Amino acid sequence: MAIDTASSTSGSPASTETASTGQELRIRLWRGDEHGGDFVEYRLQAQEGEVVLDVVHRIQADQAPDLAVRWNCKAGKCGSCSAEINGRPRLMCMTRMSTLPTDEPITISPMRTFPVMRDLVTDVSFNFEVAKLIPSFTPGPKPPEGYRMQQVDVERGQEFRKCIECFLCQNVCHVIRDHEDNKVHYAGPRFFVRLAELEMHPLDTLDRRAYVRERMGVGYCNITKCCTEVCPEDIHITDNAIIPLKERIVDSRYDPVAWLGRKILGRPSPMSAEQVAAHTGAAAAGQGRAAGSDRDGAGPG
Amino acid sequence: MTDRPAPSDYERHEYDVIVIGAGGAGMRAAVEAIQRGCRTALVCKSLLGKAHTVMAEGGVAAALGNVWPQDNWQVHFRDTMRGGKMLNNWRMAQLHAQESPDRVLELEEWGALFDRTPDGRILQRDFGGHRYARLAHVGDRTGLELIRTTQQRAVSLGVDVYMECKVLRLLQGPSGAVNGAVGIYRETGGVVVFSAKSVVLATGGIGKTWKFTSNSWESTGDGHALALWAGADAIDMECVQFHPTGMVWPPSARGILVTEGVRGDGGVLKNSDGERFMFNYISPYFAAETASSIEEADKWYEDKVNYRRPPELLPRDEVARAINTEVKSGRGSPHGGIFLDIASRRSAEDIKRRLPSMYHQFKQLADVDITAVPMEIGPTCHYMMGGVRVDADTAQTTVAGLFAAGEVAGGMHGANRLGGNSLSDLLVFGRRAGMAAADRALGEPVDTTVDEAQVEAVVSHAFSYLERESGEQPYELHRDLQDTMQSLVGIIRTESELLEAKERLVELGERSKKVAAAGGVRFNPGWHMSLDLESMLAVANCTTLSAIERRESRGGHTRDDFPKADPEFEKVNFVSRYVDGSYRVTAEDKPVMPPELMMLFEESEGDAKEASK
Ligand code: SF4
Ligand code: SF4
Ligand code: FES
Repeated sequence: MAIDTASSTSGSPASTETASTGQELRIRLWRGDEHGGDFVEYRLQAQEGEVVLDVVHRIQADQAPDLAVRWNCKAGKCGSCSAEINGRPRLMCMTRMSTLPTDEPITISPMRTFPVMRDLVTDVSFNFEVAKLIPSFTPGPKPPEGYRMQQVDVERGQEFRKCIECFLCQNVCHVIRDHEDNKVHYAGPRFFVRLAELEMHPLDTLDRRAYVRERMGVGYCNITKCCTEVCPEDIHITDNAIIPLKERIVDSRYDPVAWLGRKILGRPSPMSAEQVAAHTGAAAAGQGRAAGSDRDGAGPG
Repeated sequence: MTDRPAPSDYERHEYDVIVIGAGGAGMRAAVEAIQRGCRTALVCKSLLGKAHTVMAEGGVAAALGNVWPQDNWQVHFRDTMRGGKMLNNWRMAQLHAQESPDRVLELEEWGALFDRTPDGRILQRDFGGHRYARLAHVGDRTGLELIRTTQQRAVSLGVDVYMECKVLRLLQGPSGAVNGAVGIYRETGGVVVFSAKSVVLATGGIGKTWKFTSNSWESTGDGHALALWAGADAIDMECVQFHPTGMVWPPSARGILVTEGVRGDGGVLKNSDGERFMFNYISPYFAAETASSIEEADKWYEDKVNYRRPPELLPRDEVARAINTEVKSGRGSPHGGIFLDIASRRSAEDIKRRLPSMYHQFKQLADVDITAVPMEIGPTCHYMMGGVRVDADTAQTTVAGLFAAGEVAGGMHGANRLGGNSLSDLLVFGRRAGMAAADRALGEPVDTTVDEAQVEAVVSHAFSYLERESGEQPYELHRDLQDTMQSLVGIIRTESELLEAKERLVELGERSKKVAAAGGVRFNPGWHMSLDLESMLAVANCTTLSAIERRESRGGHTRDDFPKADPEFEKVNFVSRYVDGSYRVTAEDKPVMPPELMMLFEESEGDAKEASK
């Protein structure tokens, strides 16, 4: 193959600095805190090859130094920069400006399901609380020659472990979004992904079925697939995680033998939600926690 | 000012062990400490699970011998020392090579799902500078796997996590031992005071001090600075790794990493003439083990016993310098890099399966399809080999009560780090730091009384940025610092430029005292930048001063005016200290490797000859 720059670059030569495209951007950014706020319009010159997060950063550096925004990797790997762009939940670092219409102002607002802290930053601590309620990975005894697993068997779990915890799926799930009081009964799609991963892990031995049904609220999900649509990692949340989880639970109610056949390595006897709850971070926290280590609002996560 | 909290409003916590930083090393340290029965807290600047470790793509280096039974810790040790140009702390390199297989297998017991060999064991991949395929991996998102596995382990064990908390200073008891830390919650501006019997630093890197970097905003050298300010030593701060393959286009993505796995899986480097130029840059040091023709190099991917490795897989410093030279000679790509071509060498299907996140990254950030066209890449500031001086076995710094592990610690990687040795470093020394921190906490009683005067001084300094009506703009100062370091203390250095940098840093230091952060205490990035600038200035000073002193070229430190390695300099570490308000650098003898390990290097010459037949 011949080497040339057959990429889609518009070919500005050798400059390593950002180059203005001469076009003016109008950005409507939500500014405010838990007491309220509003969109503020910023104008700046468009630059070549930018993503939304770059534009937010330029506004921050030149016009609004206290503009609050979360980010880390700038490469779609950490899941920090979730927001709603023109109303659509997305990662700011993975949304190229060239994909957005520029004839109208572009709106950028915080995820709407989680309480606003400031500007684009929301209080996502709910998710870290749910994480403490997930019964942990519990392998069977290690054979002398070490664990063996086949590539085909790890691949299902690997799909789920791509999750970058951007919480966009949690943000769009109507069970969480529309019913604040559901939060205590409902883990949400990100954690169904995690639970499915544990249930399908070739070495795991816990039986989380009763727990998933009784404590994680998987029954509330009515398979709208909104979560799958927004997942930046293309995890098939509904088809590959939630539906199989639901099936297992149904199996367990009507046909425990069929379920047992699926857990290949371990030989778990059916476990109650109580039994499994002992394997969570929340249960362990009692020992690790110093007195008075809770604080209002934001953490410890 | 009303925003400033009174001491009665401070949040206070007492722990056996606090770990600052929640990347791989911090998580592993916290897991170890709590497993040993310590009340343990993890304090991190971002949300949990977002640390820079997620960016590590290639894998964890460990001589498991699953793909090459010939591999063992001695070979890994030798590769690491040679890659580090022998400047490594030999004991750290030894422990690392010996213990990394167990640390990888332990991750599997905690739920990690590595890619498999046909017989069901952990698959290993080739990487630059490693003699055998040695990197356990999960596609090209191994760092995420490591973070998630240790994170889930830490949470399930009940470690308390304090998120979005910036640690400002360590606290010290009357004896000088570290016994706590003061931080602010970035979300609220609230002050938090920790007292602890042991403190582990696991704060990661320093990349944000340079302009083009693969690192996130968090990598501002906080741990390096905290340790120096508490009187601890740092070593080898001149040894900064510029990773050869960062993105160069689009401008906003500049610096973002392109995994070395691309080259391990067959990708080659070409200049604008279409030439595979790396064959022109094989130094005599690596000649015996590197292919000398394209034919030989290409056969290696299939038959690693009878052929030598392609020069694209030389250690990172060698490749970065070669790219730099090609670009300077006018054979660069349109955006000032060179070409990394895997499209013409592997099927689209293969590329998408082996390198999914690279495919994703280029598609989304640059609208480039790497299965169809080559990538444009160039060097990017990636890793600090130097760092806080530690005892190899215990990760104990030169100050009692203070431990350091991961990128913030120095010595393990010498003058240049091999790819894949970072994730294993985090696990091996994260565990050792957690172990030693726990031993101290559970051992003799330690005075953890907080000195309120120290706390007050720290708090009033931090809030002074907000109280100043006008002054330097923090983002502007950051840009100037980055420009200085990028242009004067970059990949190729020379005395006159380093001296100029030193002068400019004095000026920047003065300006930093007048920074005014506009806005309030709640999630105010301008204020956070002002605080982070103090750490970055500490790093910039130590790197520049040490770079002046090391009058030779070695690994990541390249001097135009001293282009060769000097055996005399191989014997010394440059030690940075913070004394009476300024940074000082002195040369000190490096620990000497015992003869039984030295022998491995003599044998290796023979092996190399053997391999070259
Ligand atoms: S499919 Fe279920 S989990 Fe996903 S958004 Fe719809 S209700 Fe929520
Ligand atoms: S499942 Fe997808 S959308 Fe949900 S948190 Fe994970 S990466 Fe984000
Ligand atoms: S900054 Fe990491 S996903 Fe956007």
